[in-house]
Amino acid sequence: MEHTLTSGAVLGDRPRPVKNYLNETTGIWSWMSTVDHKRIGIMYLCAVCFAFLLGGIFALLVRLSLLNPQHTLFGKVWVTAEMYNRFFTLHGAIMVFLFIIPAIPASLANFVLPMMLGAKDVAFPRINLMSFYLWCIGAIMAIGSMVIGAVDTGWTFYTPYSTTTDGAVGLMTMAVFILGFSSIFTGLNFIATVHKLRAPGMGWFDMPLFVWGIYATGVIQILATPVLAITLVLLLIERVFQIGIFDSRIGGDPVLFQHFFWFYSHPAVYIMILPGMAIISEIIPTFSRKTIFGYRAIAYSSVSLALLSFIVWGHHLFVAGESDLANVVFSALTFLVAIPSGVKMFNWLTTMYKGNISFETPMLYALSFLFLFAIGGLTGIFFSTLAVDIHLTDTYFVVAHFHYVMMGGTVIAFLGGLHYWWPKMTGHMYSEKWGRIACALVFIGFNMTFGSQFLMGGQGMPRRYFNYLDQFQPIHAFSTYGSWVLGSGLFLTAIYLLASLKTGPLAPDNPWGGTTMEWESSSPPVVHNFEEQPVFEHEPYDYRHRTVTHV
Amino acid sequence: MEQQFDTSKIGMWLFLATEVLTFGALFAGFGLMQNKYPQEFVEAHEKLKRWAGSTNTVVLLVSSFTAVMAVLMARTNQAKKCAMYLWLTVGCAGIFMCIKAYEYTSDFEEGLYPAKYYSHVGDLIPGSHGYATFFSFYFMMTGLHGLHVLIGMGLMSWLAIRASRGEFSDKYYTPVDLVALFWHLVDLIWIYLFPLYYLIT
Repeated sequence: MEHTLTSGAVLGDRPRPVKNYLNETTGIWSWMSTVDHKRIGIMYLCAVCFAFLLGGIFALLVRLSLLNPQHTLFGKVWVTAEMYNRFFTLHGAIMVFLFIIPAIPASLANFVLPMMLGAKDVAFPRINLMSFYLWCIGAIMAIGSMVIGAVDTGWTFYTPYSTTTDGAVGLMTMAVFILGFSSIFTGLNFIATVHKLRAPGMGWFDMPLFVWGIYATGVIQILATPVLAITLVLLLIERVFQIGIFDSRIGGDPVLFQHFFWFYSHPAVYIMILPGMAIISEIIPTFSRKTIFGYRAIAYSSVSLALLSFIVWGHHLFVAGESDLANVVFSALTFLVAIPSGVKMFNWLTTMYKGNISFETPMLYALSFLFLFAIGGLTGIFFSTLAVDIHLTDTYFVVAHFHYVMMGGTVIAFLGGLHYWWPKMTGHMYSEKWGRIACALVFIGFNMTFGSQFLMGGQGMPRRYFNYLDQFQPIHAFSTYGSWVLGSGLFLTAIYLLASLKTGPLAPDNPWGGTTMEWESSSPPVVHNFEEQPVFEHEPYDYRHRTVTHV
Repeated sequence: MEQQFDTSKIGMWLFLATEVLTFGALFAGFGLMQNKYPQEFVEAHEKLKRWAGSTNTVVLLVSSFTAVMAVLMARTNQAKKCAMYLWLTVGCAGIFMCIKAYEYTSDFEEGLYPAKYYSHVGDLIPGSHGYATFFSFYFMMTGLHGLHVLIGMGLMSWLAIRASRGEFSDKYYTPVDLVALFWHLVDLIWIYLFPLYYLIT
């Protein structure tokens, strides 16, 4: 099958090994009991995509609820305020805990990180499998909580509402507790892998930047998640026994919950975005055919983002009664986050400068990321400014801001990475034409949905409100139409990717001309990744002396 | 083999980091509540049995020593002694749990229950939530620590049986080393819990 490439990669004509990780063993049990990081990565990929679908359906329902202030559809009221509260809670909880935190590390990074290091597997393959099953248990409990009564607290579980409301808050928090351990084990595994399983000759500054990003993510997963776990246990005990820690009526302090919660959940934002940045650091040099600009600066910026993430949680509490001093300190620290983020942005842009850029689907997603993350990041500066923050807190401006970072950043990067490594993972090429169309739909739909929310928020529309003034109706409606465009783009992506498994042409080993080690394996890789132990020979992103092997 | 040992050790240290953070959040919560109810906390801590806490501190310190000796015996190929030291560690942990159980029981008899069940009479500030909060933290933190002691006892008994079978040697003693590391952390947490609850005035 002929496959022409615009990125200038030379196709290898090495015959494919007959046996690869997909067909070496067969049967459902061989998958369920596997310790192969590639298979676990694929299982995780299916699992998080299912969660993404579920969370996405709730997102569409949230938008549909707000289509008009009367909450009518075809002239009939179809949704109550209670249902709406559940929609946005489930959308948030599922997207955050079931999808976006494991999305890149546990699926894509699980697959490619050991290969980028030239390793056969992760450091603890069985713990890797256990992490996946913990995710499944957590997911079942989370979905169970929807069945037995649903949760209407918002994904942040703020007290005292969460300690007093009926519903399935207890089960949902237990689910999040278990999902936290799944995340801890993934992070633990990657850190040990990076420390001990690098290919012979590969030093720390010879690793692909993707690995640096995932390593920094692992540090946060290990240091922040336990605090969330114990906080949720405390919340549960408070609900059942009333110990008087979070509920002010019995002597507790509700703001303490917010401190504990954001001590985890702010670093968690970097658990979400660092892997996204890590993918972009791979895609941009590959499709610019140029060495990454400022390798060390990008590596250090990942680590410094991880460290900074731990000392800025107080900016979520600017209006919660924090002292003025604490507010000023947290505000100043929050401004610092812009520095490493800016370092990354400028290095990516400089990498593209005078590069030989080609616009295949992964690169289109990377460019979308640059545009959307710039908006998401810069609006973050608005919030670190105390005076502006007070005006914008709990408005749609916040919603728009974090969706530009989480969805415009992480999800777009996830889609970019998915398209980038799809040929390696499945051994098939997807339809480039449909890929570009879907990317355009996602980009346009996303900006319609959330760009409009900046306007609404600036005008004072509060977030999470069911009822709203008639004056916001046109913008709300526009945002809802945007969600349909966005949804159709994602739906289209699912269709052509799945279709490629049946009808897609066979993928060459290195379809994009990448320089990192995972491309030296066959597509799809053999069970132990490489036919022989690869040796580190050239720096990552070295396109000057690149000789394509196996020609 | 060397590499597997190092890798496992990194994994264990990372796991211990998560443990420190878990307890760290509870310590932070305790500190905040102490700040809120200084008088109640001082009064409440005097109700705890200082002799029991002190004895338990000594018992756990001894158990850390025996755990170290177990590792030493494992890596010098003295399987029988390794098993013996492991059983000694389990024994110390057992004494710790017995004293703790006695303490809990006598606390309950005085009405020193956690949370809404607190029913002690004769406090200096009647009706304050501070006492119940103190005992909630006391039972949560020592309870979580006690759970770790029980897990450690289980792990160490399992290792002692394996050691008797001669499974450990200077070539392979990773599990003994890792469980000893875990045990030192359990000991260390108690070293912080003890002054926090029994000594600070």
